[in-house]
Amino acid sequence: MNARDSGLTFLDRPNSYIGRSVPRPNARRLVMGRGTYVDDIRLPRLAHIAFLRSPHAHAKIRGFNLDAAKAAPGVIGVFTGADLAKVCTPWVAVLSHFKGLKSAPQYALPLDRACWTGEAICAVVAETRAQAEDAIALIEADLDPLPAAVDMEAALDPSTPVIHPELGDNLAFERTLDVGDVDTAFRNAAAVVEQTFQIGRHTGVTLEPRAILADWNDGEEKFTIYHSFQAPHMMQDIVCKHLDLPEASVRVVCKDVGGSFGIKVHIYPDEMATVAIAKILKRPVKFIADRMESFVSDIHARDHRVKGKMAIAADGEILGFEIDDLTGIGPYSVYPRTSAVEANQVVNLTGGPYRHKNYRARARVVFQNKVPMCQYRAVGHPIAVMVTEGLIDLAAAAIKMDPAKVREKNVIADDAHPSVAASGIKFEKLSHQQSLKKLLSMMDYDSLRKEQAELRKKGIHRGIGIATFIEITNPSAAFYGVGGARISSQDGCTLRLNPQGGVIASIGVTEQGQGTEAVIAQVVATAVGVPLSDVRVITGDTDTTPYGGGTWACRAAGIGGEAAWQSGKALRENILEVAGVILQAAPGTLDVRDGKIVDKANGNERMPLAELGRVAYFRPDTLPADLKPEFVVTRHYVPKDYPFAFTNGIQASYLEVDTDTGFVKLLKHWCVEDCGTVLNPQLVDEQVRGGIVQGIGAALFEVCRYDENGQMLNATMADYLVPMASEMPDIDVTHVVSPTASSELGAKGAGEAGTAGAPAAVVNAINDALSPFKANVAAQPVTPQDILKAMGKV
Amino acid sequence: MKASEVGYAKPASLPEVFALLEKNEDARLLAGGQSLIAGLNMRLSNPTLLIDINGIAGLNTITESGGTIRIGALTRHLDLGASPLIAAKLPLIAKAVPHIAHMAIRNRGTIGGSLALSDPATELPACCLALNATMTAASSKGERKIPVKTFFKGLFETDLKQNEVLTAIEIPLPAAGSLSGFSELVRRHGDYAIVGLAAQGVRKGSSWSQLNLSYFGVGDHPVLAANASEALLADKSMADAQAVLASDLSPSEDAENSAATKLHFARVLLGRVVASMS
Amino acid sequence: MNRQATNLERNITLTVNGERVTRSVAARMHLVDFLRETLGLTGSHLGCEHGVCGACTIRVDGLTVRGCLMLAVQADGATVETIEGLTDSSKAADLQEEFLNRNALQCGYCTPGMLMTAVELLDRNAKPTREEIRDAISGNYCRCTGYHAIVDAIETVAKSRSSKKGTAS
Repeated sequence: MNARDSGLTFLDRPNSYIGRSVPRPNARRLVMGRGTYVDDIRLPRLAHIAFLRSPHAHAKIRGFNLDAAKAAPGVIGVFTGADLAKVCTPWVAVLSHFKGLKSAPQYALPLDRACWTGEAICAVVAETRAQAEDAIALIEADLDPLPAAVDMEAALDPSTPVIHPELGDNLAFERTLDVGDVDTAFRNAAAVVEQTFQIGRHTGVTLEPRAILADWNDGEEKFTIYHSFQAPHMMQDIVCKHLDLPEASVRVVCKDVGGSFGIKVHIYPDEMATVAIAKILKRPVKFIADRMESFVSDIHARDHRVKGKMAIAADGEILGFEIDDLTGIGPYSVYPRTSAVEANQVVNLTGGPYRHKNYRARARVVFQNKVPMCQYRAVGHPIAVMVTEGLIDLAAAAIKMDPAKVREKNVIADDAHPSVAASGIKFEKLSHQQSLKKLLSMMDYDSLRKEQAELRKKGIHRGIGIATFIEITNPSAAFYGVGGARISSQDGCTLRLNPQGGVIASIGVTEQGQGTEAVIAQVVATAVGVPLSDVRVITGDTDTTPYGGGTWACRAAGIGGEAAWQSGKALRENILEVAGVILQAAPGTLDVRDGKIVDKANGNERMPLAELGRVAYFRPDTLPADLKPEFVVTRHYVPKDYPFAFTNGIQASYLEVDTDTGFVKLLKHWCVEDCGTVLNPQLVDEQVRGGIVQGIGAALFEVCRYDENGQMLNATMADYLVPMASEMPDIDVTHVVSPTASSELGAKGAGEAGTAGAPAAVVNAINDALSPFKANVAAQPVTPQDILKAMGKV
Repeated sequence: MKASEVGYAKPASLPEVFALLEKNEDARLLAGGQSLIAGLNMRLSNPTLLIDINGIAGLNTITESGGTIRIGALTRHLDLGASPLIAAKLPLIAKAVPHIAHMAIRNRGTIGGSLALSDPATELPACCLALNATMTAASSKGERKIPVKTFFKGLFETDLKQNEVLTAIEIPLPAAGSLSGFSELVRRHGDYAIVGLAAQGVRKGSSWSQLNLSYFGVGDHPVLAANASEALLADKSMADAQAVLASDLSPSEDAENSAATKLHFARVLLGRVVASMS
Repeated sequence: MNRQATNLERNITLTVNGERVTRSVAARMHLVDFLRETLGLTGSHLGCEHGVCGACTIRVDGLTVRGCLMLAVQADGATVETIEGLTDSSKAADLQEEFLNRNALQCGYCTPGMLMTAVELLDRNAKPTREEIRDAISGNYCRCTGYHAIVDAIETVAKSRSSKKGTAS
């Protein structure tokens, strides 16, 4: 029996908030309309910026006639790439651990060439945004359209123009892997299945668009940058680097952030331009992306074509996988995380839940004249899961075995950990078998199959789709740091006990609605021993929080939570040391519970924390001279024993296909998820549900449609279909708990699980429904027409 | 995006509206504004003057007289959907209203605005075509009645002249025992229809004696499927009627659907809507 | 050139959250920009400015409207209610509380508009089914929650309101 099972850890502290669904203290202001998003901030002399964006996918910028724009009412300044290059240096997004990854220098505004439709090429600052837009309309841009590389399939053809001639070709990155003996595995298979999977290019569509307000105070020589962003310290570092400023001169503040999902963790040229212009103008300048410019300037994601192949034995044993992934990333690798990560993850994750030992993979990342592509929620996961789970269903059909059985037979056993996947990724502890069992009972799989068969006789075609997944969380420095990116994988939490007994926690991880602040408050309240209402959490401010990475890759609870836990324990020790002196008791016989010093043995109150605070802060003269109360503590945490804390789970979708129209009605969705210790069940469940709906968006609705000239055709909220309430199903979520031993709390991440597995569950369910028609779809989003075509009806 | 500079006038009477229209050639009438203001914000439309007609009394009533239902052009979708008169006498419209966008849009959008805009993928123009409505257009020269069959001219184009205001829609009471059916295909509830069908007809026993099949989303404006309806009037099978739809409709492709798919959708809707009319 | 004379600008008087305000506004300014920029009522949000996302949903003369699809000049003489006023009136306190308890919001950007829609739904239909709730909020985009928790919260409040009414009568 380990310490956790015996109930001896701090997880079982009296009055523990850990594992409880407490509401988020910082959400109340949001339901009252009293949040502070960037656009809500008003500063004296605030100026507004708007950008002229390239109407061409690729064009030489010959020059601008700016006279009319400069003379327009309210205009404060007009800026071109050359103006900004004087104060902001360009960047090249490569990482040394992605060998061979290449990209070209990217400027805040391009000097002489536009490389995608929607790239900002000129900026106007005016007293109001409307005036800035009026002036934009008056700019005469002399643009010379160039041939564009649009289709990723053709990006490497000799006839396709090379976007950055100095790089030699349009291949940004290539990775290959060959493990075991793939050829023999395929030769010996009872069945080999093949499919080409298309994963559409989509985007994040945060409801609050990207937003930044940069305020340069010349007197203080200091920037205060209010940013709708996930990683304030990273932004600070990058502004310092490219505007040649010392760290002390840049403060980045992230107040309320209206959704992020990975969209708001990248460096955007228009945001850097806003910062540079604020420096030039020496006044606050605000950029709020409007929805139409969001669609053509927020990063896009996915856009993968994967040719997949799987070998299976007659008894259902998976013998091996082979994949060939191709992805188009736009004209630049995105700074500073690069645009090679998604393809790399596809290689790492494909086949990952299963025991097979033979795996061959190739991933190629190519440049094209479209919006830059980069990391968005569940980077690479939904692609790898779709390929893996789609092939498994095909293989199950080929050997006439129930798809759930094939998974049951092949998942890495719960007692086989630690283990290593064929791709080389390491698993500390996963629970595929338990999760699958739980899922099948939760959805009543057997009854559902019976119902499906009955309804099929009546011409009603329902489908059941299952998708096992693994998820990367709690990244160590192995993710970015080792490659040279100045992205922190450690985080710190500083706690301060105030005289009245309240605790202020400031922490490097950030909040964009996931509930980070609530979870940190729960951990701190539990660790220190104070009521939850006595903890206030501060995030998102580089001046006042410990240095940290922010929130991405599901790290806030697992990494930030552990830093808070360690910090809380240390503060409690310090409190008890002082209490012991005042109460003439050994600190080890005391405890802090519910804001009071108590006898550890029986819980009898000895002194409220407020009394301790009073003495320590206002009457230190009554304490022994050698006692130095230290009521501010900081602890840091970074995972070290594994590069990532992998989580796992499984999803299922139940849906009905209208075989006349090809329309899909989602009836129900289930998810069993294992993120280790669950700090706040409701918050985890809602992360999973929200993630699933984003995954359903990818499966059925969302795609950035382009024409052959590189024009995005559906760049409005009406034309780009995000999932809305009526079409979404109710979603049941439950958990298996396999804590990580890397930290005391044992928490792993949960924010991307839903998005990772949902598309495969839905697409597999569609194909299951279509099985009587021998029809199969493999291109997302699956539209009604795709289904009709697969059925031969149109 | 923010709208370009635009002038605004809110006249209290129709003659004032006519005067403003005559003085300002690129003026736009502002009724519910649910499409117009979106277009202004996106700078797709840059008129010099908006003439807000919401202050004109008497344009938002629904009345019945002499076998005709008269719907004032400023009647909001909300009121249209809630009207007992519409529910009782023009159930086709009552069936269509819940499909128009979303609650907040229906609270503001007007039938006149919808018809004058003539978006090819919207519900009310098709209903008016199925119901054989007559539009009343007013100008300084007086009133002009426009039969629905000549009202819709093209993509976002109607027979209304620049100096005219659509003031009312008159719909003859359907014959006793008349049946209606409505359905549309949308990816998301409230979206513009991919294909929709508003149908109105009279059935004697198992035979149709009258049948208007008004499709939307399949062309520049709503279209009556005359051949399909003729087939059904002639007691031909549904499959026959669905087959001849190809001669009635020539839909153009949209972002997700080819012309052939849209024709297929139209055929499915024909079967379903006609089956629902009982 | 005089902007009022050329109709580019106009004086309006309206009641916002119970307070009478008079301002001169540009004709091109939509109502939410007026509320946010001129009156400092930043609780109503802009998510698309073309009438699709629902983040700017407010109430005008008792009915929800898309604040970006109505011009400020059109609100002359109107009664406007925003999330700030709704909060102060406590009319939707139970909905707000249940949104918190059920975690029916994450980033909170859609929440003011979502609440406005929920208030109107429950005014019109005291006992909506889950499907009717989904239908009513189908014009309010939420990227975070996946909607399930929002439907739960509205359903819970509807049930608790009608059971209270039941006991009262």
